[in-house]
Amino acid sequence: MSTFLNQLIYGLADGSILALAALGFVLIYKATGVINFAQGEFLLVGAYTFYTAFVVLQLPLIAAALVGVLVAILIGVVVERFILRPMVGENPISIIMVTIGLSALLNALVQAFYGTSPKSQPKILPTGSIDLLGATVPINRLLAIVIAAVVLTAFTIFFRRSRHGIAMRAVADDQQAAMTMGISVRRIFALAWALAAVSALIAGVLVGDISAVDQNIAAFGLLVFPVVILGGLDSVPGTIVGGLVIGLLQQFTGGYLDPGLATVIPYIALVLILLVRPYGIFGETRIERV
Amino acid sequence: MAATATGIHHRTYVSELRLRATRSEYFRLGLLTVLLLVLPFVLDNYWLSQVNLILIAVIGAVGLNILVGYTGQISLGQGGFMAVGAYSSAIFADRIGLPTPLAIIGAVLLSAAVGTFFGLPGLRLKGLYLAIATLASQMIIEFVIRRWTWLTEGQGYLNVDRFEVFGFKVGARAVFEQQWYWILLILAALTVISARNLFRTGLGRSFMAVRDQDIAAEAIGVNVARVKLTAFAISSGFVGLAGALTAHYSEVVSWEKFTLDVSILYLAMIIVGGLGSIAGAVYGAIFMTLLPEVIRQVANAMSSSVPFLTDQLPAVRNATFGLVIILFLIIEPRGLDRIWQRMKEYIRFWPFRY
Repeated sequence: MSTFLNQLIYGLADGSILALAALGFVLIYKATGVINFAQGEFLLVGAYTFYTAFVVLQLPLIAAALVGVLVAILIGVVVERFILRPMVGENPISIIMVTIGLSALLNALVQAFYGTSPKSQPKILPTGSIDLLGATVPINRLLAIVIAAVVLTAFTIFFRRSRHGIAMRAVADDQQAAMTMGISVRRIFALAWALAAVSALIAGVLVGDISAVDQNIAAFGLLVFPVVILGGLDSVPGTIVGGLVIGLLQQFTGGYLDPGLATVIPYIALVLILLVRPYGIFGETRIERV
Repeated sequence: MAATATGIHHRTYVSELRLRATRSEYFRLGLLTVLLLVLPFVLDNYWLSQVNLILIAVIGAVGLNILVGYTGQISLGQGGFMAVGAYSSAIFADRIGLPTPLAIIGAVLLSAAVGTFFGLPGLRLKGLYLAIATLASQMIIEFVIRRWTWLTEGQGYLNVDRFEVFGFKVGARAVFEQQWYWILLILAALTVISARNLFRTGLGRSFMAVRDQDIAAEAIGVNVARVKLTAFAISSGFVGLAGALTAHYSEVVSWEKFTLDVSILYLAMIIVGGLGSIAGAVYGAIFMTLLPEVIRQVANAMSSSVPFLTDQLPAVRNATFGLVIILFLIIEPRGLDRIWQRMKEYIRFWPFRY
């Protein structure tokens, strides 16, 4: 029972971080129709900017977080303006490849400036563990779940209530109709990339805190795909469900069956979902006409 | 001033179907043939090994371009299909003891079958979804190879015997690269010629119809499901050939040579060279294989003034790789092939702009 509970907490923690990473991915896909293969590198860059501000520049926690957010917004906007905007109207293959190129570039830049060895960063979340129903559960994992939940709720409220959130949904629904309503589609695209970079920053810092600040953070980028396919490529609630399911699936497979299989099980699930229900649980079914 | 052709005007279907229409095209073909024949006698062993790698890459890139560039089915599973070719060829040749040519043919057929299987999701999915599905196939093939200990007898890699065909055995170090050059050149040339001819047939044309608009293609009587699977099979067959040749040429097979990075490298080749162009795939293979080498040379030349370049060589290489992909897609999405055509036109019309 206690192992089960432990696995559950670890799985939920991984899953909620995955959900955060997937949120950025879905934001970009929903608003701009771009599949972003560089999402993992956004996590990586976020974690390293925070590390630079917090450890190298010795800024206080709040200031470091603020620097992280500003840099993330800047990167998001710059990427949208100079890399994705020239690609508007190109075929999906080219757009996928440009984000793959971006991911190689960002990864290499981080490697060039920080090297490949893990960086030591003082823990932000408390590291102790508490007894919960006979299982020892690390506090930082529990807090990671809470933080992810708060951020995801905040984003959901933003989409439902705020002006910009509603404008984003309008653009996602129909770009031309949104334009006639006086919404600046360009600004919405920039906003989507900036928000995606910010949610990736939060996810990246959380991963860096509960494991380590190193190149492996980028591996979350590919795991985003099973999550979004399960939840539906264009669904925000889908990322939460998908993230938690994939996180738990990985953790339980690793714990009860085979740790090696745990790395590939999300992709097996991905293929099965694609064969049975390609639009995911919450995704919108698109009907194609000539 | 001599009269200049203003364009090529075909008057019969036969002339339109010809691969080469003008005298200068024959001239360039002759020049290329002479260059290829002279190459092994001019280059030293090191550069010849680079050329051999290029020839293998040409086969793989042409194979991928059939699927991605001509049929419009994006595949991130290239590395996995190459791995299938490499491992099966190595096992057929060394463990079952088939003669090498038979082993390679077997490997090609097996890769085609595996490619068709992983192409099945392509019947329901397209574009972005298919990219994600093939990404999963890459991960699954990689996992199977790493964990299936019977394949590698638990060592994680396979040794392959020296290449031997009809009693002729590739020699030792001094002539090794040169003899491989001829083998690979013949196979690469056959690949290029057959791919080029494939798109003059009805089957090849139906690939392009599916790429341009699959629903319309279906309306004019193209069996889209069959065409997509055939494209996966043909493409994976060539890719498997490239994998098998990698195995026999390098004489050791390990899964690290067939990761997702390889899939991305090959996609980069056909993007840089030009999607939907056989010549483009060849240019891309040359460009992307030589790029790391050029970067190394430049970094070494500048090591005294900018030591950062040599210290961080792998990172610099990856950054350039990413930058090249991004710049090509933004500046010239149709790749080197289009740049070459524009250069030809510029010279032809000179001193006029058009």
